[in-house]
Amino acid sequence: MNEIKTPRGGSNYQWVGKNTPRPDGVDKVTGRARYGDDMIVPGMLHGKILRSPHAHAKILSIDTSKAEALDGVKAVVTSADIPDHPMAQPPYPPIVNDFHDISRNVMAREKVLYDGHAVAAVAAISEEIARDAIKLIKVEYKVLQHILDPREAAQPDAVVLHEDLFTYGVEPKPTKPSNIFRVMHGERGDLNAGFAEADLVIEREFSSQPVHQGYIEPMACIASTSEDGTVELWTSTQGHFVQRTLLSKLLNMEMAKIRVTASEIGGGFGGKTTVYAEPLAIRLSQKTGRPVRMTMTRSEVFRATGPTVGSKTRIKVGMKKDGTITAGEAEIWYQAGAFKGSPIGRAVDTFFSPYTVANCKAAAYDVCVNRPKVAAYRAPGATMACYPMESVVNELAKELGLDPVEVRLKNAVKEGDESLMGTKHGRIGLVEVLEAVKEHPHYKAPLGDNEGRGFAVGYWLHGGGLSSAAVNLMDDGTLGVATGNPDIGGSRSSMRAMAAEELGVNVELLKPIIADTGSLGFSYLTAGSRTTFATGMAVVNATREVIDKLRALAAKKWDIPVEDVRWDAGQAIATDNYKDIKPLSLKELAGMATSMGGPVAGHSEINASGQGATFCAQLVDVEIDPDTGFTSTKRHTVFQDAGRAISPDYVEGQMQGGAVQGIGWALNEEYIYDDKARLQNTGFLDYRMPVASDVPMIDTVIIEVPNPNHPYGVRGVGEPPLVSGPAAVANAVENAIGQTMSDLPLSPPKILAALHAQAAGDD
Amino acid sequence: MARHLINAMVNGDRVEFVCGTGQTLLDVLRGELHLTGTKNGCGTGDCGACTVVLNGRPINACLVLGAEVDGSEIETIEGMAQGGELHPLQQKFLDHAALQCGICTPGILKMAQAYLETNPDPTETEVRFALAGNLCRCTGYDKIVRAVLDAAAEMRASET
Repeated sequence: MNEIKTPRGGSNYQWVGKNTPRPDGVDKVTGRARYGDDMIVPGMLHGKILRSPHAHAKILSIDTSKAEALDGVKAVVTSADIPDHPMAQPPYPPIVNDFHDISRNVMAREKVLYDGHAVAAVAAISEEIARDAIKLIKVEYKVLQHILDPREAAQPDAVVLHEDLFTYGVEPKPTKPSNIFRVMHGERGDLNAGFAEADLVIEREFSSQPVHQGYIEPMACIASTSEDGTVELWTSTQGHFVQRTLLSKLLNMEMAKIRVTASEIGGGFGGKTTVYAEPLAIRLSQKTGRPVRMTMTRSEVFRATGPTVGSKTRIKVGMKKDGTITAGEAEIWYQAGAFKGSPIGRAVDTFFSPYTVANCKAAAYDVCVNRPKVAAYRAPGATMACYPMESVVNELAKELGLDPVEVRLKNAVKEGDESLMGTKHGRIGLVEVLEAVKEHPHYKAPLGDNEGRGFAVGYWLHGGGLSSAAVNLMDDGTLGVATGNPDIGGSRSSMRAMAAEELGVNVELLKPIIADTGSLGFSYLTAGSRTTFATGMAVVNATREVIDKLRALAAKKWDIPVEDVRWDAGQAIATDNYKDIKPLSLKELAGMATSMGGPVAGHSEINASGQGATFCAQLVDVEIDPDTGFTSTKRHTVFQDAGRAISPDYVEGQMQGGAVQGIGWALNEEYIYDDKARLQNTGFLDYRMPVASDVPMIDTVIIEVPNPNHPYGVRGVGEPPLVSGPAAVANAVENAIGQTMSDLPLSPPKILAALHAQAAGDD
Repeated sequence: MARHLINAMVNGDRVEFVCGTGQTLLDVLRGELHLTGTKNGCGTGDCGACTVVLNGRPINACLVLGAEVDGSEIETIEGMAQGGELHPLQQKFLDHAALQCGICTPGILKMAQAYLETNPDPTETEVRFALAGNLCRCTGYDKIVRAVLDAAAEMRASET
């Protein structure tokens, strides 16, 4: 059962909040939609990448002569073809785009730093020849000691990945290189006093493993270079404007000479937010003068594109008998992978942020290890911090005989409270979310044998930022709506619904498209749950500009002041002073526009702010098979404040999809390395993501506490379900087996071992 | 690599193509026949994105060689809508918002179509097991399962 709760009553919108037809739907059910690998360009070559078999090794030499001599091979590139860049220098922004690192990640230079690291690339007239050619490239390596664990890598005597990396933000300034790039802190109150006030203090350690975004479409792109140096790039990405920026800086090219078109995208979840093969395809195309297509295999996707971080955590929380959380202290070590830049700020912000903990302190370490450089994954950095905190809060509640939801209500943040990283909350809906959990029949439903129920709540501050939109009115009264954000899960529907709502016309009159980088102002990534919020605001602005121009057109036609013309329900209407003037419809105005001054269009380029925090709670029932340790999810309900659900079906879809990714993360998914740090599970058979028979129907409760800073009250919805999902599933397992479990994933062997240890203890 | 001249019926059309011994049916469909609606998600038979119907059976096109399909009948997503009308499964996927990114959708539709021919009145659990070889990372499967059950009901109703 899915429901929508709007605490302040419903809305009178015609299109917003309704399930309107999806503009790209028919193309996607008929196979017509074109994704990254679906583009065929005349004369195109096929590119393939040679990858390192070692996790950590010095490159002594690369001999490409045999590959170049093979019939059908048109070009070979190595790091010599990618410009080098100096290291970024402090002060560092929260997210560091260091081109010194990016150039080395797309193509190894002095060393290879993980199994699967790119070493060379080939373009040939067929995939088969390209595959044969990379086998002819001879690379001489000196294998070095590797390191995978972030806490071990943080030790002073650990083998160092980068001789030129010195820990930032510690005093005195280190003189020895380290794998720790930086430490971020957050602190408030008096920790000792807070713990002294507590009736019960629990301290535990937790760990989680890197998991992959698992998008079903592998990375794919085609680069085509012309003789004047112009590059056209077609690629599956969450942000073609961001790709243009990265490629221009990385390859020292003028931005205007790179035109990027986003293909339809077959999933991303944060994983398609940077460049991997694109710069290599461009270089190969420049060398050959021909289009070059590069598509990764699934194994390459697992080995060489960023999964999310694995983590180690130590956490200590104190609670009074009445449920008040008096103090919290946490330290977390994130595996950045081969290059610095894991989402540690989000970890610090996540631990205690749903709660008004007066005294708390969090520290997060960004640590380089011999794994692929991490990329974002749906609420990057938050999930691994939410899980330890929610686990300990549940344990404290249980030990003190308190209801876990009541404990959250007692400590819930409200308007005016601040997160640990300093976000001051506006109107937020945590209390409404928790009340909805309490009222839901799932909360009190009876459990069967071997079953357990889990609960967790998560906090996420979604993104805003740079977005552009254009709305173009055509002569017949239909409209084009262009944005710069790849549509990854139905955003075109939402853009169209908001524009139609503004105009007061049928959604079917509007055709939303994703414009290429040459056609629209800059638009940041489709990521951070920002698109419906930020790009939606740009669409609303652009539509309002169209309306203003149409009002002006009507005023000109009627020869009255524009102030006397209002817009309502798809028509320009003169005020009551002009009773004999009949309204002009959008269609009539569109027909007269060209002859009365020119085409009508609106555009908007904004830096959207005013994003509101989102809270998502989940109730999960699992059943454990005591003979195998296998966990089945029996019932799962997701409660989330969406602000306003523009397209409710697709908001539910985000909640359901995020919940199931959470099940995978909690129970099965992990990167498994052998003793030489070579990835062992590089396919979907061994990297086991949830399949249809693993999961139940996922019930959703959308709570609408509108964000006052958005014209329709939108809060970002994509990421929050994955903040609390794994914690809720893990908690359900703990509840079923009566033990605290602290190392994700809770795969059958771990659960079986826990059950056996318990049985041995009972004897 | 040796080359083979292959004749087959694809979506009702007689086609002839030359393929190398190592080329899969998926390579041929996408690369030679330019039927790119069939997707490549893994190349190892684990994700189901390349599901097509070969002589009445749903298969992973990445696990069949092009050279094996001589004389065969193949149905792909491009042949599913007939005469400008969506198949009930396609329509129900839209009605139930059973797709987000859409990359797994062609494979799931072909799998579901083939399955409903063998079991026109499945339970939720049966649908889940029938689709267990088709990965979807976006939807959590909920709306997909609902769409298949609803399409099955509609197809049964139109039979009688």
